[in-house]
Amino acid sequence: MRTAIQTIDLTKKYGEKTAVDAVNLSVQQGELFSLLGVNGAGKTTTIKMLTCLSRPTSGDALLLGNSVVSAPGAVKAITNVSPQETAVARNLSVKENLELVAEVYGSDKATARTKADEMLSAFSLKGVAEDKAKTLSGGMQRRLSIAMALISDPQILFLDEPTLGVDVLARRELWSAIEELKGRVTIVLTTHYMEEAEALSDRIGIMSEGKLKAVGTSAELMSETGTHSLEDAFVALVTEPQVRA
Amino acid sequence: MRSLVFASRNRKELLRDPLNLAFGIGFPVVLLLLLSAIQANIPVSLFEISSLSPGVAVFGLSFMSLFSGTLIAKDRTTSFLMRLFASPLTASDFILGYVLPLLPIALAQSAICFVTSLFLGLTINAHVLLAIVVLIPAAVLFISIGLLAGTVFTDKQVGAICGALLTNVAAWLSGTWFDLNLVGGAFKTIAYLLPFAHAVDATRAAIAGDYASIMPHLWWVIGYAAAIAGVAVVVFKKKMSSDSM
Repeated sequence: MRTAIQTIDLTKKYGEKTAVDAVNLSVQQGELFSLLGVNGAGKTTTIKMLTCLSRPTSGDALLLGNSVVSAPGAVKAITNVSPQETAVARNLSVKENLELVAEVYGSDKATARTKADEMLSAFSLKGVAEDKAKTLSGGMQRRLSIAMALISDPQILFLDEPTLGVDVLARRELWSAIEELKGRVTIVLTTHYMEEAEALSDRIGIMSEGKLKAVGTSAELMSETGTHSLEDAFVALVTEPQVRA
Repeated sequence: MRSLVFASRNRKELLRDPLNLAFGIGFPVVLLLLLSAIQANIPVSLFEISSLSPGVAVFGLSFMSLFSGTLIAKDRTTSFLMRLFASPLTASDFILGYVLPLLPIALAQSAICFVTSLFLGLTINAHVLLAIVVLIPAAVLFISIGLLAGTVFTDKQVGAICGALLTNVAAWLSGTWFDLNLVGGAFKTIAYLLPFAHAVDATRAAIAGDYASIMPHLWWVIGYAAAIAGVAVVVFKKKMSSDSM
């Protein structure tokens, strides 16, 4: 299996503060990898560097062989992101939002329309296709946000806190939409919900204070820490001083 | 091509906001009607339609700063720009995408202002078309101020700076509402060190067919427009490559 993401001592500093500290990580193609951590652990900063939104202070990351430092254009062409906020065009309809992103990534108008129709069906958004994005519920906006990230057919998809602030039903709907993508697209998902990481991920990386503390399946992390739940494993890993990964 | 896709989205966002239409088109028309009614009862040379309409046209353009600034600031604060920064769009695509839809809106606003003035007694001739052309640098100036403000400030701050402060400064120092010679002194000196009074005087000269008097005033406006547009582009590009967008 080909490596989709390889980070090499990926580091981001803001002045004296180190937000991401020499992270070495490998994600395989088609894998759903979750970055789990408390607020301020460095998850979003890592995603920002991997999507070329933030330049690493040192180190590098290769996405399907393309460096985020030396070839950001190539990285942007094969990736897409659903940011932590819903990030939709408020006064555009649901369909127009989808067509906009498709065209920004190079589709002509006819192809963009076809792709938008496919996304509307795949994400159960047909009923609100002509509604303005600002009129949608939080859960529906999240669904649209993920559909917008997928319409460019990215090989690597970044989902930053995809279910933050949505109710339990909307969360379950989003989970099933994300599960549908497993195997087809390499997904890196950040979350601070244990059950979300456990339900969706092939592997989980636990971040704390900018460091990648541990990487493994949910079972491996529990076994490594001698705990019986992912939450206990998480607490054990983020409260211990030494780096395990 | 991608810049046109983004420009199309921005045009829709702007034109689908009823507040933009009300302030951009409705407010200058109401001002013209109101001040013409006052002029009919208490004649004041400053409020004669050939003198008033250029002033109101420039005042109306000051709302372009509010529109462009608010749009950009909202795109930043909702992470919509972050989503697009992760796409293949370049800095030029963004800047053109924001400026291109506002120029025709500004020209349409000026045209509506002069068409309304025609009903209030302004003479129909080629000078009106010349006045609209003379207003283009002022339109670029106000759009650039909005681009700069939207890049630096939040949408609420843009509302205060461009919506309250700039429109008032542009109105008081433009010589539209009172004759700057009546105040004289430092006030008049400051007014003519800024571009607003020059924009009004250049447009008044165009309406009067006084071609020789246009360029001495218009160079001030062109100079300010070029300088602020340059600063806005540099700041936007700097923000785009930083982590604080």
